[in-house]
Amino acid sequence: MADVSIIPETLSQMLTLLSPSPPGWGGNLLRGLVHSLQIALGAFGMGLIIGTLGAYGKLYGSPLVRDLAGIYTTIVRAVPELVLILLLYYAGTDLINRILEMAGYQRIDISGLVAGIVVLGFVQGAYATEVLRGAIKAIPYGEIEAARAYGMSPILMMRRITLPSMLPYALPGLANLWLIATKDTALLAVVGFSELTLETRQAAGTTKAYFLFFMAAGVLYLLTTLFSNLIVGRIEKWARRGMPSVREAG
Amino acid sequence: MSNLTVDTKIEIPLETFPIHKDADPDRPREWMQPHRIVLILIGLALVASAIFFLRWDWLPNYGGLILQGLWRTIWILCVTVFLGFLLAVPLGLAQAAGPAILAVPARWFCTIIRGTPLLLQLWLLYYGLGSLFPQYPWIRGSELWPYLRQAWPYAVLALTLSYAGYEGEVMRGAFAGVPKGQLEAARAFGMRRFTILRRIWLPQAIHRALPTLAGEAVLQLKSTPLVATITVVDLYSVASRIRQDTFITYEPLLLLAAGYLIITGIIVFLFRRLERLVPSRLG
Repeated sequence: MADVSIIPETLSQMLTLLSPSPPGWGGNLLRGLVHSLQIALGAFGMGLIIGTLGAYGKLYGSPLVRDLAGIYTTIVRAVPELVLILLLYYAGTDLINRILEMAGYQRIDISGLVAGIVVLGFVQGAYATEVLRGAIKAIPYGEIEAARAYGMSPILMMRRITLPSMLPYALPGLANLWLIATKDTALLAVVGFSELTLETRQAAGTTKAYFLFFMAAGVLYLLTTLFSNLIVGRIEKWARRGMPSVREAG
Repeated sequence: MSNLTVDTKIEIPLETFPIHKDADPDRPREWMQPHRIVLILIGLALVASAIFFLRWDWLPNYGGLILQGLWRTIWILCVTVFLGFLLAVPLGLAQAAGPAILAVPARWFCTIIRGTPLLLQLWLLYYGLGSLFPQYPWIRGSELWPYLRQAWPYAVLALTLSYAGYEGEVMRGAFAGVPKGQLEAARAFGMRRFTILRRIWLPQAIHRALPTLAGEAVLQLKSTPLVATITVVDLYSVASRIRQDTFITYEPLLLLAAGYLIITGIIVFLFRRLERLVPSRLG
Protein backbone atom coordinates (compact mmCIF):
# COMPACT_ATOMS: atom_id res chain seq x y z
CA MET A 1 0.00 0.00 0.00
CA ALA A 2 2.85 2.34 0.86
CA ASP A 3 4.36 1.62 -2.55
CA VAL A 4 1.22 2.69 -4.36
CA SER A 5 1.15 6.04 -2.58
CA ILE A 6 4.75 6.63 -3.62
CA ILE A 7 3.71 6.85 -7.29
CA PRO A 8 0.22 8.32 -7.33
CA GLU A 9 0.01 8.64 -11.11
CA THR A 10 -0.47 5.38 -12.86
CA LEU A 11 0.12 5.42 -16.59
CA SER A 12 -3.50 6.11 -17.50
CA GLN A 13 -3.65 8.97 -15.01
CA MET A 14 -0.54 10.46 -16.54
CA LEU A 15 -2.04 10.23 -20.00
CA THR A 16 -5.24 11.99 -18.88
CA LEU A 17 -3.14 14.76 -17.34
CA LEU A 18 -1.17 15.18 -20.56
CA SER A 19 -4.09 14.87 -22.98
CA PRO A 20 -4.62 17.95 -25.16
CA SER A 21 -8.35 18.33 -24.36
CA PRO A 22 -9.49 20.23 -21.22
CA PRO A 23 -9.27 17.64 -18.43
CA GLY A 24 -5.60 17.30 -19.39
CA TRP A 25 -3.08 20.12 -19.72
CA GLY A 26 -1.38 19.03 -22.95
CA GLY A 27 -3.16 21.76 -24.93
CA ASN A 28 -1.78 24.47 -22.66
CA LEU A 29 1.72 23.07 -23.01
CA LEU A 30 1.47 22.99 -26.79
CA ARG A 31 0.11 26.54 -26.86
CA GLY A 32 3.04 27.58 -24.69
CA LEU A 33 5.43 25.86 -27.09
CA VAL A 34 3.93 27.78 -30.02
CA HIS A 35 4.35 31.06 -28.12
CA SER A 36 7.94 30.16 -27.29
CA LEU A 37 8.72 29.37 -30.91
CA GLN A 38 7.08 32.60 -32.11
CA ILE A 39 9.22 34.65 -29.75
CA ALA A 40 12.35 32.68 -30.59
CA LEU A 41 11.78 33.18 -34.33
CA GLY A 42 11.10 36.89 -33.96
CA ALA A 43 14.04 37.45 -31.62
CA PHE A 44 16.37 35.47 -33.87
CA GLY A 45 15.29 37.50 -36.92
CA MET A 46 15.70 40.78 -35.09
CA GLY A 47 19.06 39.59 -33.77
CA LEU A 48 20.19 38.82 -37.33
CA ILE A 49 19.30 42.33 -38.50
CA ILE A 50 21.02 44.00 -35.54
CA GLY A 51 23.93 41.58 -35.92
CA THR A 52 24.46 42.38 -39.59
CA LEU A 53 24.38 46.11 -38.92
CA GLY A 54 26.63 45.67 -35.89
CA ALA A 55 29.15 43.50 -37.74
CA TYR A 56 29.38 45.96 -40.62
CA GLY A 57 29.64 48.82 -38.13
CA LYS A 58 32.42 47.08 -36.25
CA LEU A 59 34.37 46.19 -39.39
CA TYR A 60 33.87 49.15 -41.67
CA GLY A 61 32.38 51.91 -39.50
CA SER A 62 33.94 55.13 -38.33
CA PRO A 63 35.87 55.01 -35.04
CA LEU A 64 32.84 56.30 -33.17
CA VAL A 65 30.51 53.66 -34.63
CA ARG A 66 33.03 50.94 -33.85
CA ASP A 67 33.35 52.01 -30.24
CA LEU A 68 29.60 52.27 -29.78
CA ALA A 69 29.14 48.77 -31.23
CA GLY A 70 31.90 47.55 -28.91
CA ILE A 71 30.17 49.03 -25.86
CA TYR A 72 26.86 47.45 -26.91
CA THR A 73 28.27 43.95 -27.37
CA THR A 74 30.41 44.09 -24.23
CA ILE A 75 27.66 45.23 -21.89
CA VAL A 76 24.96 42.96 -23.28
CA ARG A 77 27.23 39.92 -23.14
CA ALA A 78 28.39 40.64 -19.58
CA VAL A 79 25.06 41.30 -17.86
CA PRO A 80 22.73 38.34 -17.16
CA GLU A 81 19.85 38.01 -19.62
CA LEU A 82 17.39 37.95 -16.75
CA VAL A 83 18.53 41.38 -15.52
CA LEU A 84 18.51 42.78 -19.06
CA ILE A 85 15.02 41.41 -19.66
CA LEU A 86 13.72 43.05 -16.47
CA LEU A 87 15.47 46.35 -17.24
CA LEU A 88 14.33 46.52 -20.86
CA TYR A 89 10.87 45.13 -20.15
CA TYR A 90 10.01 47.70 -17.48
CA ALA A 91 12.19 50.59 -18.62
CA GLY A 92 11.30 50.09 -22.29
CA THR A 93 7.53 50.06 -21.85
CA ASP A 94 7.75 52.92 -19.36
CA LEU A 95 9.88 55.00 -21.70
CA ILE A 96 7.58 54.47 -24.69
CA ASN A 97 4.52 55.43 -22.65
CA ARG A 98 6.20 58.55 -21.30
CA ILE A 99 7.18 59.65 -24.80
CA LEU A 100 3.63 58.97 -26.01
CA GLU A 101 2.17 61.00 -23.13
CA MET A 102 4.54 63.85 -23.78
CA ALA A 103 3.54 63.85 -27.43
CA GLY A 104 -0.10 63.93 -26.34
CA TYR A 105 -1.12 60.39 -27.24
CA GLN A 106 -2.86 57.73 -25.15
CA ARG A 107 -0.79 55.23 -23.19
CA ILE A 108 -0.56 51.93 -24.98
CA ASP A 109 -0.35 48.43 -23.62
CA ILE A 110 2.62 46.68 -25.19
CA SER A 111 1.82 43.01 -25.66
CA GLY A 112 4.04 40.46 -24.00
CA LEU A 113 4.80 38.93 -27.37
CA VAL A 114 6.21 42.13 -28.87
CA ALA A 115 8.09 43.06 -25.70
CA GLY A 116 9.58 39.57 -25.48
CA ILE A 117 10.70 39.63 -29.10
CA VAL A 118 12.27 43.07 -28.79
CA VAL A 119 14.07 42.32 -25.52
CA LEU A 120 15.44 38.93 -26.60
CA GLY A 121 16.25 40.31 -30.06
CA PHE A 122 18.32 43.06 -28.46
CA VAL A 123 20.29 40.43 -26.53
CA GLN A 124 20.62 38.14 -29.56
CA GLY A 125 21.88 41.06 -31.64
CA ALA A 126 25.01 41.39 -29.52
CA TYR A 127 25.94 37.74 -29.97
CA ALA A 128 25.00 37.78 -33.66
CA THR A 129 27.27 40.80 -34.16
CA GLU A 130 30.26 38.81 -32.94
CA VAL A 131 29.35 35.68 -34.92
CA LEU A 132 28.87 37.59 -38.18
CA ARG A 133 31.98 39.72 -37.64
CA GLY A 134 34.07 36.58 -37.24
CA ALA A 135 32.47 35.02 -40.31
CA ILE A 136 33.08 38.08 -42.49
CA LYS A 137 36.69 38.15 -41.36
CA ALA A 138 37.06 34.48 -42.30
CA ILE A 139 36.25 35.18 -45.96
CA PRO A 140 39.42 34.77 -48.02
CA TYR A 141 41.06 38.15 -48.52
CA GLY A 142 41.16 37.93 -52.29
CA GLU A 143 37.40 37.57 -52.80
CA ILE A 144 36.65 41.02 -51.41
CA GLU A 145 39.63 42.52 -53.20
CA ALA A 146 38.41 41.01 -56.46
CA ALA A 147 34.91 42.38 -55.92
CA ARG A 148 36.34 45.85 -55.33
CA ALA A 149 38.55 45.53 -58.37
CA TYR A 150 35.42 44.87 -60.44
CA GLY A 151 34.03 48.14 -59.11
CA MET A 152 31.09 46.66 -57.21
CA SER A 153 29.24 49.05 -54.95
CA PRO A 154 29.26 48.13 -51.25
CA ILE A 155 25.62 47.00 -51.34
CA LEU A 156 26.14 44.84 -54.41
CA MET A 157 29.30 43.38 -52.89
CA MET A 158 27.43 42.56 -49.69
CA ARG A 159 24.62 40.85 -51.60
CA ARG A 160 26.72 38.95 -54.09
CA ILE A 161 30.00 38.25 -52.31
CA THR A 162 30.14 38.89 -48.59
CA LEU A 163 26.86 37.44 -47.36
CA PRO A 164 26.89 34.25 -49.48
CA SER A 165 30.53 33.44 -48.84
CA MET A 166 30.41 34.11 -45.12
CA LEU A 167 27.38 31.83 -44.68
CA PRO A 168 29.30 28.56 -44.17
CA TYR A 169 31.49 30.22 -41.53
CA ALA A 170 28.56 31.85 -39.77
CA LEU A 171 26.18 28.88 -39.75
CA PRO A 172 27.54 26.95 -36.74
CA GLY A 173 27.48 30.11 -34.62
CA LEU A 174 24.04 31.13 -35.87
CA ALA A 175 22.67 27.64 -35.21
CA ASN A 176 23.96 27.93 -31.67
CA LEU A 177 22.26 31.31 -31.36
CA TRP A 178 18.97 29.86 -32.55
CA LEU A 179 19.16 27.17 -29.87
CA ILE A 180 20.00 29.82 -27.26
CA ALA A 181 16.99 31.83 -28.48
CA THR A 182 14.62 28.90 -28.01
CA LYS A 183 15.95 28.29 -24.51
CA ASP A 184 16.08 31.96 -23.49
CA THR A 185 12.34 32.27 -24.08
CA ALA A 186 12.03 30.36 -20.80
CA LEU A 187 13.37 33.47 -19.03
CA LEU A 188 10.24 35.38 -20.04
CA ALA A 189 8.39 33.15 -17.56
CA VAL A 190 9.92 35.34 -14.85
CA VAL A 191 8.21 38.48 -16.21
CA GLY A 192 4.95 36.58 -16.51
CA PHE A 193 4.67 35.84 -20.22
CA SER A 194 2.81 32.56 -20.72
CA GLU A 195 5.33 30.60 -22.74
CA LEU A 196 6.09 26.91 -22.35
CA THR A 197 7.89 27.04 -19.00
CA LEU A 198 5.29 29.21 -17.26
CA GLU A 199 2.38 27.17 -18.69
CA THR A 200 4.14 24.07 -17.42
CA ARG A 201 4.55 25.53 -13.97
CA GLN A 202 0.89 26.53 -13.84
CA ALA A 203 -0.18 23.06 -14.97
CA ALA A 204 2.15 21.46 -12.45
CA GLY A 205 1.04 23.75 -9.64
CA THR A 206 -2.65 23.03 -10.26
CA THR A 207 -2.36 19.27 -10.59
CA LYS A 208 0.58 18.81 -8.17
CA ALA A 209 2.21 16.52 -10.76
CA TYR A 210 5.39 18.62 -10.86
CA PHE A 211 7.75 15.92 -12.05
CA LEU A 212 5.52 14.73 -14.87
CA PHE A 213 4.89 18.16 -16.36
CA PHE A 214 8.45 19.43 -16.13
CA MET A 215 9.62 16.21 -17.77
CA ALA A 216 7.06 16.67 -20.54
CA ALA A 217 8.19 20.26 -21.13
CA GLY A 218 11.80 19.07 -21.18
CA VAL A 219 10.91 16.54 -23.88
CA LEU A 220 9.23 19.30 -25.93
CA TYR A 221 12.30 21.55 -25.66
CA LEU A 222 14.58 18.63 -26.49
CA LEU A 223 12.52 17.70 -29.54
CA THR A 224 12.74 21.32 -30.70
CA THR A 225 16.51 21.21 -30.35
CA LEU A 226 16.91 17.87 -32.10
CA PHE A 227 14.60 18.92 -34.94
CA SER A 228 16.52 22.20 -35.31
CA ASN A 229 19.79 20.27 -35.46
CA LEU A 230 18.39 18.17 -38.28
CA ILE A 231 17.37 21.25 -40.28
CA VAL A 232 20.65 23.04 -39.55
CA GLY A 233 22.58 20.01 -40.77
CA ARG A 234 20.70 20.18 -44.08
CA ILE A 235 21.28 23.92 -44.47
CA GLU A 236 24.95 23.56 -43.61
CA LYS A 237 25.37 20.83 -46.20
CA TRP A 238 23.80 23.13 -48.77
CA ALA A 239 25.85 26.17 -47.77
CA ARG A 240 29.11 24.24 -47.81
CA ARG A 241 28.48 22.67 -51.21
CA GLY A 242 31.64 22.68 -53.29
CA MET A 243 33.85 23.29 -50.27
CA PRO A 244 36.20 20.60 -48.94
CA SER A 245 34.74 18.80 -45.94
CA VAL A 246 36.01 19.84 -42.54
CA ARG A 247 37.73 16.53 -41.95
CA GLU A 248 39.73 16.61 -45.18
CA ALA A 249 40.73 20.23 -44.67
CA GLY A 250 41.80 19.62 -41.06
CA MET B 1 68.36 50.01 -57.19
CA SER B 2 65.83 51.86 -59.28
CA ASN B 3 64.11 48.55 -59.82
CA LEU B 4 63.61 48.17 -56.08
CA THR B 5 62.01 51.59 -55.58
CA VAL B 6 59.55 50.87 -58.35
CA ASP B 7 58.66 47.62 -56.64
CA THR B 8 57.97 49.21 -53.29
CA LYS B 9 55.91 51.95 -54.90
CA ILE B 10 53.63 49.38 -56.41
CA GLU B 11 53.43 47.24 -53.32
CA ILE B 12 52.65 49.83 -50.69
CA PRO B 13 49.08 50.60 -51.77
CA LEU B 14 48.30 46.90 -52.10
CA GLU B 15 49.63 46.01 -48.68
CA THR B 16 47.89 48.80 -46.83
CA PHE B 17 44.62 48.31 -48.66
CA PRO B 18 42.24 48.21 -45.70
CA ILE B 19 40.06 45.14 -46.05
CA HIS B 20 38.97 45.27 -42.43
CA LYS B 21 39.93 48.19 -40.32
CA ASP B 22 40.44 46.18 -37.18
CA ALA B 23 42.66 43.66 -38.96
CA ASP B 24 44.98 46.27 -40.36
CA PRO B 25 48.24 46.04 -38.42
CA ASP B 26 49.67 49.31 -39.77
CA ARG B 27 46.86 51.43 -38.37
CA PRO B 28 48.08 53.32 -35.33
CA ARG B 29 46.31 52.12 -32.20
CA GLU B 30 45.76 55.11 -30.00
CA TRP B 31 43.68 54.86 -26.91
CA MET B 32 42.96 58.52 -26.41
CA GLN B 33 41.36 59.47 -29.69
CA PRO B 34 39.20 62.61 -29.50
CA HIS B 35 35.90 60.76 -29.90
CA ARG B 36 36.88 58.37 -27.11
CA ILE B 37 37.44 61.28 -24.75
CA VAL B 38 33.97 62.58 -25.63
CA LEU B 39 32.48 59.10 -25.07
CA ILE B 40 34.19 58.79 -21.70
CA LEU B 41 32.92 62.22 -20.69
CA ILE B 42 29.38 61.29 -21.73
CA GLY B 43 29.70 58.07 -19.74
CA LEU B 44 30.92 59.93 -16.66
CA ALA B 45 28.09 62.44 -17.05
CA LEU B 46 25.57 59.58 -17.21
CA VAL B 47 27.01 57.99 -14.07
CA ALA B 48 27.04 61.34 -12.27
CA SER B 49 23.45 62.13 -13.24
CA ALA B 50 22.44 58.63 -12.13
CA ILE B 51 24.07 59.30 -8.76
CA PHE B 52 22.52 62.75 -8.31
CA PHE B 53 19.08 62.41 -9.87
CA LEU B 54 18.11 58.86 -8.93
CA ARG B 55 17.27 57.72 -5.43
CA TRP B 56 20.03 55.95 -3.55
CA ASP B 57 18.93 56.66 0.03
CA TRP B 58 17.95 53.00 0.50
CA LEU B 59 21.52 51.88 -0.03
CA PRO B 60 22.78 52.09 3.61
CA ASN B 61 19.80 50.11 4.91
CA TYR B 62 20.48 47.21 2.59
CA GLY B 63 24.29 47.26 2.58
CA GLY B 64 24.68 44.09 4.64
CA LEU B 65 22.06 42.22 2.65
CA ILE B 66 23.71 43.21 -0.65
CA LEU B 67 27.10 41.97 0.54
CA GLN B 68 25.49 38.72 1.69
CA GLY B 69 23.85 38.28 -1.72
CA LEU B 70 27.11 39.07 -3.49
CA TRP B 71 28.90 36.48 -1.41
CA ARG B 72 26.20 33.86 -2.12
CA THR B 73 26.41 34.54 -5.88
CA ILE B 74 30.19 34.22 -5.94
CA TRP B 75 30.09 31.13 -3.72
CA ILE B 76 27.58 29.38 -5.99
CA LEU B 77 29.58 30.39 -9.05
CA CYS B 78 32.89 29.04 -7.72
CA VAL B 79 31.46 25.81 -6.30
CA THR B 80 29.45 24.93 -9.41
CA VAL B 81 32.29 25.78 -11.83
CA PHE B 82 34.69 23.62 -9.81
CA LEU B 83 32.34 20.65 -9.38
CA GLY B 84 31.06 20.99 -12.94
CA PHE B 85 34.59 20.90 -14.30
CA LEU B 86 35.41 17.78 -12.26
CA LEU B 87 32.36 16.15 -13.83
CA ALA B 88 33.17 17.47 -17.31
CA VAL B 89 36.58 15.76 -17.50
CA PRO B 90 35.23 12.19 -17.41
CA LEU B 91 32.33 13.25 -19.66
CA GLY B 92 34.73 14.62 -22.26
CA LEU B 93 37.10 11.71 -21.95
CA ALA B 94 34.29 9.18 -22.36
CA GLN B 95 33.11 10.89 -25.53
CA ALA B 96 36.57 11.38 -26.99
CA ALA B 97 38.13 8.00 -26.29
CA GLY B 98 35.79 5.86 -24.21
CA PRO B 99 34.04 2.65 -25.24
CA ALA B 100 30.54 3.02 -26.68
CA ILE B 101 28.93 1.93 -23.42
CA LEU B 102 30.34 5.08 -21.77
CA ALA B 103 30.41 7.39 -24.79
CA VAL B 104 26.74 7.06 -25.72
CA PRO B 105 25.33 7.93 -22.25
CA ALA B 106 27.82 10.80 -21.96
CA ARG B 107 26.72 12.20 -25.32
CA TRP B 108 23.07 11.86 -24.36
CA PHE B 109 23.69 13.62 -21.08
CA CYS B 110 25.33 16.54 -22.87
CA THR B 111 22.56 16.70 -25.48
CA ILE B 112 19.80 16.70 -22.89
CA ILE B 113 21.46 19.34 -20.72
CA ARG B 114 22.25 21.54 -23.71
CA GLY B 115 18.85 21.02 -25.29
CA THR B 116 16.64 22.18 -22.43
CA PRO B 117 16.51 25.56 -20.65
CA LEU B 118 18.34 25.81 -17.34
CA LEU B 119 15.27 27.35 -15.74
CA LEU B 120 13.31 24.22 -16.56
CA GLN B 121 16.06 21.95 -15.19
CA LEU B 122 16.15 23.99 -12.02
CA TRP B 123 12.40 23.81 -11.53
CA LEU B 124 12.35 20.10 -12.42
CA LEU B 125 14.88 19.38 -9.68
CA TYR B 126 13.44 21.74 -7.06
CA TYR B 127 9.71 21.32 -7.56
CA GLY B 128 9.77 17.89 -9.22
CA LEU B 129 12.27 16.02 -7.06
CA GLY B 130 11.40 18.20 -4.09
CA SER B 131 7.78 17.08 -4.31
CA LEU B 132 8.72 13.41 -4.76
CA PHE B 133 11.19 13.16 -1.87
CA PRO B 134 8.83 13.69 1.09
CA GLN B 135 6.79 10.67 -0.01
CA TYR B 136 9.65 8.34 0.86
CA PRO B 137 9.87 7.82 4.65
CA TRP B 138 13.48 6.61 4.52
CA ILE B 139 14.57 9.87 2.85
CA ARG B 140 12.80 11.92 5.47
CA GLY B 141 14.56 9.91 8.16
CA SER B 142 18.02 10.16 6.61
CA GLU B 143 20.90 12.42 7.60
CA LEU B 144 20.59 14.39 4.37
CA TRP B 145 16.98 15.44 4.92
CA PRO B 146 17.76 18.80 6.60
CA TYR B 147 19.73 19.72 3.48
CA LEU B 148 17.19 18.36 1.03
CA ARG B 149 14.55 20.64 2.53
CA GLN B 150 16.57 23.71 1.67
CA ALA B 151 16.79 25.27 -1.78
CA TRP B 152 20.51 25.70 -2.28
CA PRO B 153 21.45 22.02 -2.79
CA TYR B 154 19.07 21.93 -5.75
CA ALA B 155 20.53 25.17 -7.10
CA VAL B 156 24.08 23.83 -6.81
CA LEU B 157 23.10 20.49 -8.35
CA ALA B 158 21.29 22.07 -11.32
CA LEU B 159 24.04 24.59 -12.05
CA THR B 160 26.75 21.92 -11.68
CA LEU B 161 25.01 19.55 -14.08
CA SER B 162 24.43 22.36 -16.55
CA TYR B 163 28.06 23.47 -16.45
CA ALA B 164 29.21 19.85 -16.79
CA GLY B 165 26.96 19.37 -19.81
CA TYR B 166 28.29 22.38 -21.68
CA GLU B 167 31.87 21.87 -20.56
CA GLY B 168 31.82 18.13 -21.32
CA GLU B 169 31.28 19.01 -24.95
CA VAL B 170 34.19 21.47 -24.84
CA MET B 171 36.48 18.95 -23.13
CA ARG B 172 35.58 16.34 -25.75
CA GLY B 173 36.95 18.64 -28.42
CA ALA B 174 39.97 19.52 -26.30
CA PHE B 175 40.84 15.87 -25.61
CA ALA B 176 40.42 14.99 -29.27
CA GLY B 177 42.55 17.96 -30.28
CA VAL B 178 45.70 16.93 -28.43
CA PRO B 179 48.18 15.74 -31.09
CA LYS B 180 48.42 11.97 -31.38
CA GLY B 181 52.23 12.13 -31.35
CA GLN B 182 52.22 13.39 -27.76
CA LEU B 183 50.26 10.37 -26.57
CA GLU B 184 52.35 7.96 -28.66
CA ALA B 185 55.53 9.44 -27.22
CA ALA B 186 54.17 9.03 -23.70
CA ARG B 187 53.29 5.41 -24.42
CA ALA B 188 56.76 4.86 -25.89
CA PHE B 189 58.19 6.05 -22.57
CA GLY B 190 56.27 3.25 -20.92
CA MET B 191 53.84 5.44 -19.01
CA ARG B 192 50.75 3.78 -17.65
CA ARG B 193 47.45 4.99 -19.05
CA PHE B 194 46.56 6.93 -15.93
CA THR B 195 49.98 8.58 -15.88
CA ILE B 196 49.54 9.58 -19.53
CA LEU B 197 46.22 11.16 -18.66
CA ARG B 198 47.59 12.98 -15.63
CA ARG B 199 50.89 14.19 -17.09
CA ILE B 200 50.25 14.64 -20.82
CA TRP B 201 46.68 14.41 -21.98
CA LEU B 202 44.75 16.35 -19.35
CA PRO B 203 47.15 19.33 -18.99
CA GLN B 204 47.26 19.90 -22.73
CA ALA B 205 43.50 19.49 -23.09
CA ILE B 206 42.89 22.00 -20.28
CA HIS B 207 45.27 24.42 -21.91
CA ARG B 208 43.39 24.12 -25.18
CA ALA B 209 40.06 24.60 -23.46
CA LEU B 210 41.14 27.53 -21.29
CA PRO B 211 39.78 30.38 -23.46
CA THR B 212 36.45 28.56 -23.79
CA LEU B 213 36.46 27.87 -20.05
CA ALA B 214 36.64 31.61 -19.40
CA GLY B 215 33.64 32.20 -21.65
CA GLU B 216 31.72 29.38 -19.99
CA ALA B 217 32.51 30.78 -16.54
CA VAL B 218 30.99 34.11 -17.59
CA LEU B 219 27.94 32.28 -18.95
CA GLN B 220 27.70 30.44 -15.63
CA LEU B 221 27.78 33.74 -13.76
CA LYS B 222 24.94 34.94 -15.96
CA SER B 223 22.95 31.82 -15.07
CA THR B 224 23.24 32.30 -11.31
CA PRO B 225 20.33 34.79 -10.99
CA LEU B 226 17.99 31.96 -12.00
CA VAL B 227 18.46 30.42 -8.55
CA ALA B 228 16.50 33.37 -7.16
CA THR B 229 13.38 31.76 -8.65
CA ILE B 230 13.73 28.87 -6.20
CA THR B 231 14.19 31.16 -3.18
CA VAL B 232 17.97 31.13 -2.91
CA VAL B 233 19.04 34.58 -1.70
CA ASP B 234 21.67 35.70 -4.21
CA LEU B 235 22.54 39.17 -5.50
CA TYR B 236 19.59 39.19 -7.88
CA SER B 237 17.05 38.19 -5.28
CA VAL B 238 18.36 40.90 -2.93
CA ALA B 239 17.72 43.44 -5.69
CA SER B 240 14.19 42.09 -6.23
CA ARG B 241 13.53 42.34 -2.51
CA ILE B 242 14.69 45.95 -2.44
CA ARG B 243 12.38 46.70 -5.34
CA GLN B 244 9.44 45.13 -3.53
CA ASP B 245 10.21 46.86 -0.24
CA THR B 246 10.84 50.36 -1.54
CA PHE B 247 8.82 50.44 -4.79
CA ILE B 248 11.90 51.75 -6.58
CA THR B 249 12.01 50.21 -10.05
CA TYR B 250 15.25 51.04 -11.81
CA GLU B 251 17.96 51.87 -9.29
CA PRO B 252 18.39 48.35 -7.84
CA LEU B 253 18.42 46.89 -11.35
CA LEU B 254 21.08 49.36 -12.50
CA LEU B 255 23.19 48.54 -9.45
CA LEU B 256 22.68 44.85 -10.20
CA ALA B 257 23.81 45.25 -13.81
CA ALA B 258 26.89 47.17 -12.67
CA GLY B 259 27.67 44.45 -10.12
CA TYR B 260 27.52 41.69 -12.73
CA LEU B 261 29.64 43.77 -15.13
CA ILE B 262 32.34 44.08 -12.47
CA ILE B 263 32.29 40.36 -11.62
CA THR B 264 32.53 39.53 -15.34
CA GLY B 265 35.52 41.85 -15.62
CA ILE B 266 37.22 40.09 -12.70
CA ILE B 267 36.59 36.63 -14.22
CA VAL B 268 38.00 37.69 -17.59
CA PHE B 269 41.03 39.25 -15.89
CA LEU B 270 41.73 36.15 -13.75
CA PHE B 271 41.49 33.77 -16.70
CA ARG B 272 43.80 35.99 -18.74
CA ARG B 273 46.35 35.78 -15.93
CA LEU B 274 45.88 32.01 -15.82
CA GLU B 275 46.37 31.70 -19.58
CA ARG B 276 49.59 33.66 -19.35
CA LEU B 277 50.91 31.30 -16.66
CA VAL B 278 50.81 28.35 -19.05
CA PRO B 279 53.50 28.24 -21.73
CA SER B 280 51.72 28.58 -25.04
CA ARG B 281 54.06 26.65 -27.37
CA LEU B 282 52.91 23.08 -27.60
CA GLY B 283 53.98 20.49 -30.14
